[in-house]
Parts: sequence; C-alpha cells; structure tokens
Amino acid sequence: MDMKVSKKKLGLKEKYQHMTRGLGWETTYQSMDEVFPYAKYEGIKIHDWDKWEDPFRLTMDSYWKYQAEKERKLYAIIDAYAQNNGHLSVTDARYINAVKLFLNGISPLEYMAHRGFAHAGRQFPGVGPRVACLMQSLDEIRHAQTQIHSLSNYNKYYNGFQEYRHMLERVWYLSVPRSFFDDAITAGPFEFMVAIGFSFEYVLTNLLFVPFVSGAAYNGDMGTMTFGFSAQSDEARHMTLGLEVIKFILEQDPDNLPIVQQWIDKWTWRGYRVLTLVGMMMDYMLPKRIMSWKEAWEVYFEENGGALFKDLARYGIRPPKWLDQIEKDKDHISHQAWAVFYNYAAACNFHTWIPTDDEMDWLSQKYPNSFDKYYRPRLEFWREEAKKGNRFYNKTLPMLCQTCQIPMLFTEPGDPTQICYREVDYKDNKYHFCSDGCKEIFEHEPEKYIQSWLPVHQIYQGNCFNEGVDPTAEGFDPLAAVLDYYHLNFGRDNLDFEGSEDQKNFDAWRGMATKNT
Amino acid sequence: MGVAAIKEYTFEPADRLENFHGNQLLYIGWDQHLLFAAPFCLPMPPAMRFGDIVEKVLPGIYGYHPDFAQIDWSKVEWLKSGQPWQADFDKTLAELGLKHKDALRFRTPGLNGIKGSAS
Repeated sequence: MDMKVSKKKLGLKEKYQHMTRGLGWETTYQSMDEVFPYAKYEGIKIHDWDKWEDPFRLTMDSYWKYQAEKERKLYAIIDAYAQNNGHLSVTDARYINAVKLFLNGISPLEYMAHRGFAHAGRQFPGVGPRVACLMQSLDEIRHAQTQIHSLSNYNKYYNGFQEYRHMLERVWYLSVPRSFFDDAITAGPFEFMVAIGFSFEYVLTNLLFVPFVSGAAYNGDMGTMTFGFSAQSDEARHMTLGLEVIKFILEQDPDNLPIVQQWIDKWTWRGYRVLTLVGMMMDYMLPKRIMSWKEAWEVYFEENGGALFKDLARYGIRPPKWLDQIEKDKDHISHQAWAVFYNYAAACNFHTWIPTDDEMDWLSQKYPNSFDKYYRPRLEFWREEAKKGNRFYNKTLPMLCQTCQIPMLFTEPGDPTQICYREVDYKDNKYHFCSDGCKEIFEHEPEKYIQSWLPVHQIYQGNCFNEGVDPTAEGFDPLAAVLDYYHLNFGRDNLDFEGSEDQKNFDAWRGMATKNT
Repeated sequence: MGVAAIKEYTFEPADRLENFHGNQLLYIGWDQHLLFAAPFCLPMPPAMRFGDIVEKVLPGIYGYHPDFAQIDWSKVEWLKSGQPWQADFDKTLAELGLKHKDALRFRTPGLNGIKGSAS
C-alpha cells in the first residue's frame, strides 16, 4: 500500500543550498564587523560573497561518507604493512631517514593547516568559503593523523621518530617549516588563503607530495605510499579551492590585485625555500631515486606553473618574483642543503652520509653543470676524512636568515662559489638574509620578523637549556645541554648513518627475514 | 606599514643586544670555503681583542680545513657588510667599531678550497 508522499529527498542542488548557503545570516545584535573582526584589515575588498562559486558543492553528510570509506581502506593496508614487517622491505635503511624528515618536518604542518583553515573559515563573512574551509580543515587534521599512525610503525623499530612533537618547537632545522606556517596562520584570513590555499596547495604541492609518495613507492614503503594516495583526492579539492579563492578575490575589486600579487610573490618564495628540504631528500636520501630536484622543478613548476600563470594573466597577475634566481639555483640548492645537514649531523634527529660512487655518478649525470665541479670534491674529501676516523662534525652554530630561518647556505645567483649575504638596518638593529626574496619580505613587514625565534640566537641567549641547568657551572657543555633540551638521544638519533643503530638493526632483522642463521 | 595588524603592534626585537648576557653577536664567513656550509654566528664580548678571535677562536672552527694552516693573515682581505674593512688584531671589537650582529667575511687569495672547488 504505497502512500503518496511529497518529495522526501532534497535534490543535490537544494541540499547544497540548504546545507551551506542556508546556514548563514546577517547578524543584528552585533554588527557584522564585530562578528568578523579580521575580514577587512588586510585591505581586501569583497562586495558580494554570494558570487563565490563552490566548485565541488560538497555537503557535510557526503563528506563524512567519502572520508570514512577512504579511512577503512587506508587502515586495512597500514595494518597489513605492520603485520608483515613491511619496514624490512624498503630498499635500505637510509631510506627511513626520508620518512623521519617527513614526520618531523611535514606532518606537523598538516596539523597547522588544520588550525589555519579552521581560523580562516571562522573569519570569512561569506558562507561558501566558510564551508569549504571547514572541510579542508578536517582534511588536514585527517592527514596529520593518518601520517602519524602510518609512521608510528617505524617508530617501533627506528630512532628519530619518537619526539617529533617536542622537537618541532625546538630543533634548529624544524624552525624552517614551523616558522613558515606560523607566518601564515598569524596573517589575516585572506593572506592565509593565498599563502596556503593557493601558493602552497596549488602552486607547490606537487613538489612536496609527488617526491615523497613516489619516493615511498620506489623504495618499497607501502605504508607511506598509501597515506599519500589516501590524501590525494583531498588535495585535488584543496587545489581547486585555492584557485577559486584567488579568482574570487580578484574579481571582487581591482584594488585587490596589488595585495594579492605581493602575497603570491612572498608565499611562492617562502614555499620554495622550505622545499629546499625536499630537493635534498630527492637527490640524497632516496636509495632508489625517482627524478632529480631539478627535473621535478622543471616539470611541476616551470611547465605546470607556467600554464597556471598564463591563465591568471587575464586578472593582471604576473608570475611570482625571483623566478630568474630559482632558475639559476636549481643546479645547486639540494647539494648545498645536504652539506648543511652533513655539517650539523650531531644536532639532527636523522642520519646523513656520503653518497656511494654510483649515486655520485647519478648526481653528475643529473647535474652536469654543477656536481663534479663544485660538490663532488667536497663529498670526496669528507669521505676520505671519515675513513681516517675524522668524520666532519661542525660544532659552531651557523648564521641564519631572519626570514626563512635557513642557515645562510645559499650562494649568489650565478656564482655558486660565493655565499649570498643581504642585510637591512631597521631601528638600530641589523638583520641578515639569504636572498633578495627574504630581504624584501622582511622589509614589507619588519615588525613581524624582528621577533623571529631564531634557534641559534635563542641558544646564545640561554633559552634552550632545560630548567635548572646552570650554564655558569664548571665543565658546562652547551652542546650536550641543548641536545638534552631537544630530547635528542646522542649516538642513537644523530650522527652518521654509517655505524648507526638503525643501520645495524635493519641489517640484522633483514638477515633474519632472508637467511638461515 | 611595519606589519598588517588589527591594532597597534610594536614589540622589542627578539635579538636585541641586552639579551645576550654581555656578549654581542659577530657573524663570520670564510669566502670560497663552503666545506663549512654556512657562515658562523659567534657570541663575543665587545672588549675582546680582535686578534684573539683570529688566533684562539678561528682555529677551533676552521682548523679542519687543510687550507686553514696555510693562511698568511697579513694578506687576508676583510669585508664588513660586503665593503672592504681594515682589521687590527690589537684592537677590541668595540674599538674597531664592530656592532652587535655585524657580519665579517675574509678572503684568502690563492687558497680556493678543496681542489679549487670553493669547498
């Protein structure tokens, strides 16, 4: 006995309307300006939030359904990987250091992205972008969680994973990704969206995820590869959101163009500087290489990015500044960064090493203009010294760039023999920079960057020792005290890969899995 | 505009001189010797004799390099903030006008790193 009911289910379009746009209202008890206090101070002018087009028209109920399905698949694979001792099937134990770099340097950024998108979502007066930001915020915390869960399997067996959360706010090299994101989330909601939603998620994301996910696939790391794939469909949504944001802002008012252009210049450069770590990982840390940093830059930035900026030209947007320098630097930065980590291997929670002869030949082939001339002699010298028992550990703290916080390792554009120094005098103090890009970013907002928490300066101010430690006591060892403060286990988490506990354990365990001893 | 902010936003710089317990920061870099992957940052008392830095501090930080022992300090060229600078080993940092966070570079003509590679 069928009863005739009026239409039970909403159509997709109606559902979207009710569950997004229908959720907002004009406030009356308090003014809209007081409810959304961050919406105007950046100078961006929005006249009609309803012009926002949501490219996905996703509603919360479908969102949960899709994500739950992805989670089920992902955790089934993670479990299988763990139960089958998947960690022993990676190419060799050096690879695990790439995973450490990811967990320590990248996963916390996913969590910061979660916070940032939640904040932006709260602050935008328009309902469309608020809902889109809410979903991205949830995606980002999911990425942080799935990464931590996948990588916790490595933490059971290898050093350097155990204190990533504690280290994020302390260890010198982690101030690079951390300050990058702190800069973004302390900006206003529009700058955050251009910084992370567009410049990072749209312009640079392939350079971050493809190397790690393909690197995992090439090196037998099924667990890491799987969370990469699980995140991929979210990334497609994020990229679309990032692009939509830019177009929406630019279409709203012509005064927005110069502000957005400055943010694109700034955040492409900031992101590119952070990607130095990825370049180094690709060229030095993957036993089985996928492509060189230089090739990745050419494919994912020069080709794809070139097309993107052609598309944006109709809004008056030009390609980011300093691309001519990046073009010159692509032969060099990965080698220069590896040199820094080789230097400071005692203060680091992953291992470094000298590439094998085969690997050096690969580098010569990929970098015919630079590797043999500038970098091979350095590596071979270090290798000879290490053989004599004189492995180089640099114990003096480096000069850092005030903006990107990377040690001043970069050379003058066009002269790889000369470190690039730039400086600015501001209110009776001197500030130093690795590049014109970082200098100009500082000059635009000096009051922000004069407060940078530079790890080297903080150590010299005495702020990086555990409570109760007395730096004036006799026999005080500052390096040991700083490593204690980092929670870094000397001799296990740090130093060269050669002779490390990771190396010994991996060899022993793999031996048990493949031989009858 | 010093910073984009919703209200008045001025704070002391994080690295002002008073925070360094009587020391000032001196940055120092050896050109063409990128075996040391970045220049150094050293906390030094302003009353320190410049010669003591060269004679007592630099050997500890640069001595690993085979070029270091061959340096003829009378021929070394110094740069401060990228401009030629006259060193005087008998004067103190303060007497030489070196301020907090000044950056010095030195060049050692004829010594160009491992196999001339600027390493």
